[in-house]
This record gives sequence, C-alpha cells and structure tokens, in this order.
Amino acid sequence: METRTGMEASIAIAEAVCLCDADIVAAYPITPQTHIVEHLSELVADGKLHANFVPVESEHSAMSVCCGTSAVGARTYTATASQGLALMHEILFIAPALRLPIVMSVANRSLSGPISIWNDHSDVMAERDIGWVQIFAENAQQALDLTIWAFRLAEDRRVSLPVMVNFDGFILSHTIEPVLMPDKETVQAYLPPFEPLLRLDVDAPVSMGPVGIPDIYTETHHVQQVLLTDAYGPIVETLDAFGKHFGREYKPVETYRADDAEVLLLTMGALGETAMEAVDLRRERGQKVGLLRLRLWRPFPFEDLYRAVGRRPVLGVMDRAISYGGPYGPVASEIKAAFYHREQRPRVVEFVAGLGGRDVPISDFDTMFDALFDTLETGRVPEPRLVGLRE
Amino acid sequence: MRRQSAKPKWTELAVGSAIDVPGSARYYKTGDWRSSRPVWNSEHCIRCGVCVIFCPEGCVLFQPDGYPNADLDYCKGCGICLHECPTGCIRMVEEED
Repeated sequence: METRTGMEASIAIAEAVCLCDADIVAAYPITPQTHIVEHLSELVADGKLHANFVPVESEHSAMSVCCGTSAVGARTYTATASQGLALMHEILFIAPALRLPIVMSVANRSLSGPISIWNDHSDVMAERDIGWVQIFAENAQQALDLTIWAFRLAEDRRVSLPVMVNFDGFILSHTIEPVLMPDKETVQAYLPPFEPLLRLDVDAPVSMGPVGIPDIYTETHHVQQVLLTDAYGPIVETLDAFGKHFGREYKPVETYRADDAEVLLLTMGALGETAMEAVDLRRERGQKVGLLRLRLWRPFPFEDLYRAVGRRPVLGVMDRAISYGGPYGPVASEIKAAFYHREQRPRVVEFVAGLGGRDVPISDFDTMFDALFDTLETGRVPEPRLVGLRE
Repeated sequence: MRRQSAKPKWTELAVGSAIDVPGSARYYKTGDWRSSRPVWNSEHCIRCGVCVIFCPEGCVLFQPDGYPNADLDYCKGCGICLHECPTGCIRMVEEED
C-alpha cells in the first residue's frame, strides 16, 4: 500500500526516516535542512517515531554522537547542509574508517563567503574524499526513496559504510511535490533489522578507533579504498531490489533521450529536471540533444559512464561548484580523468552554473547546448564557462 | 584468543581496524622507541619506590633482589625515574644500535 500525497521534499525525507524506524536522530538545524529535523523532532514528540532525538549544540557534535550511537548498534540518522557539513568535516572521515553505517541527508547549499544560504554543490564537493557512499536525488520522490535505500545499503554487511543522500537546498528541499509514500510494512519488508558487523558491547569488549601507527595506516586506507569501490555491486543490487519492491528504478547513471543524441550534457541533482525540459524543447526543434544524470558520485560509476557516453564525440558537464585555481569544475575534472586512458573519449566542454542560488533557466541550458553543437562542428573545446556571469 | 601479527596484510586487519582482544596492547613492545635506558646503582638506592610510582609506563618494578629495575620491553627511556629519584642513583645509558 502506498499513499499519493503532496509533500515538501524535506518532510518526505523525515517521514522516510520514520518509516525506517531510526533509533537515533542527532542533528543541528541549519538552513535549508531545518524542516527535516523539525519534523523528525515532532514525530518523536508525538510518539510516532520511537527514537532518541539528541538536540546537539553543533554539527561537530551531531556527527560525533552519530559515530557513538552507530557504534553501539543503533540505526542512526542525521541531516545537515553547507557550513554544518563543513563543521562535521573532521568527524566525517572517522565513520567509514570504523565501518559505521550512518545515513545523512545533505540539503546542498553554498559555502560562505559571502554568506549564502542558497543552493549549489560547494558543500558536498568539499567533502568528496571522506570515504562515504554519496548519491544525488533530483526530486522529492527520489529523496524519499533514496533515504530508505540508504539505510538498506549502509547496513548491508558487505558494505557497512555511511551513506550521504544529497538533495538540492530550497529548489528541492522546500518544494512541494506529489509523492508516493509507502506504508511501514512495505518498508520493513525491504529493510531488515540492523545487525551491525561490530558493536561496542560490555560482554565482548572491543576498542574502536585506536591509533594507526605507520606500520598499519597504509593498510587501513587500502581497505577503505577497496570497500568503497566494491560497494558498487551491492549498490546496484540494492537499487534493483528497490525497483522490484517499490516499482521505481534507479541507476548509478541515468539517461534522458540519450540513445540517438549527437551531443550530451551531464548534470547532477535537481537541475537535471530543468535540463530534461530543455532537452525536450531542443528535440521539438529537431536537434538531437541528450542528458546524462550522474546519480552516484561515490563510488564513481566509471563503467556506467563509459556505457552512457558510448562513442559520442561531445559531452558537456555542468558543475555546481568551482575548484579555485585548479581544474575549475570538480565533476568535469573527474569525468575527464575517467576518460583519459580511453581510446574512445569525448571532447569535454565544462560549464559551471547555479552558484549560490542563481537561477538556471532554460535559456542557460540553451547557451550550453549551443556551445556543445559549436564544439561538435568545429572540434574546438572552449575554456570552462561560468554560465550567467555578468561581464 | 586471536593475536594479530605486528605487520598484518591489509586482508588481515580486523573490521574497522578495531581491537577485539582486550589487553592486547602488551603485545606491542614499545621498548624499541628507546634511545637510552635507565641503570640503577644499588649501592646508593634506598628502595624508596619513587621510580616505581612515577614510571608512566608502569614498567619499573621491584625485582626479586629487592631493588627496582625497568622492563626493557616497554621502557621508552623517558628518564622520569632519573628525574624523580631522591638519591640520584639512576643514570641513563645510551643504547648502542
């Protein structure tokens, strides 16, 4: 049984956490994640979610509490954004090293300065190398679904790693959309009870998080690289199981009208929805444009990307953050690196758009598609472009 | 009781690099960090036990002969025993290699 209802994406995520029977919610409210935490505190106060709600004094404490509660075997959830994610930074690395399957929603928001509460991906791009599974939702239904999936994957004993579900702040977090809300029995049939690989237990003492001397540290980090890379198999498996169970399919790389496309644009997150509209409008004019939506960011889905791009000569990448003084777009630089040793590789045209809440209308996508067709005709790759910059 | 090798392969590490054997720190012989070791002169030692109490490793103990000495498996050569000794009967000797 599922209920069709209109719901803000943040509320849908909180309801998903409730359906998953989280034991602990330790979070600090920060715009634009606040509605998740507010709603979860109501669900706990109303007795609908039998969880311990820990109102911590900072995000650094939130992630520290999450590590502790996950270590004793509690199903643990938190949510944050922007400066809050940055404040968690040093603790974020510890969760995967200790194999703690924490689930965290990140309502992606720009980092200061200047102070900005609005949407881009600078927060998550600064946390690329923390060793978490990282996935992106594009709409409220996906945000809800991927939250449920995140618990299943994180707690899969082959994985036992934390999972970050990214969803764009405001343009998605505060948007009311129709969603199909599953019932508890259906969720429970998909998500078995949490059986941790390792837990703090007075009857079987362990020390978690001891020092890693130079003789050990190298090996521990190889383990993390292998674990996160090998999580790919269980990711695809649990997403497929989600599709069979709930009837909604998810893939590490999604495509839209890409099969016969002459040029492709790659997006991450909610702007993929606008991009699909832009693709439709171009298609009406007979222009063969297609879209790739990179859903899974870590582990990076190399083979899916190669399959999706195929032999197409031009691939545009729309970043939502800048790696200053370096390769410009962080996603584009990874895409280029992924293709570097391939004999068949596209010309990669880099765009950055939608920084700090700047709207990315259809006309901006037209600008990007025009540039892609220009590269298709001339073979020339332009310098990375900040779309919408006043100059 | 499983005892992990001092230099395990990456496939031999415990889940999350956790230590699942209580008290296993004693298997890790920290004495090889030492560059000099304390030597007691029993002619001047009054067996007051100040060195035993102050040793931060707990590795200075009274021996069967009634005098204190350091367990060199764990003594890091910090010299606190020498610093605290009221009679000055302890001296540090450089380790040769």
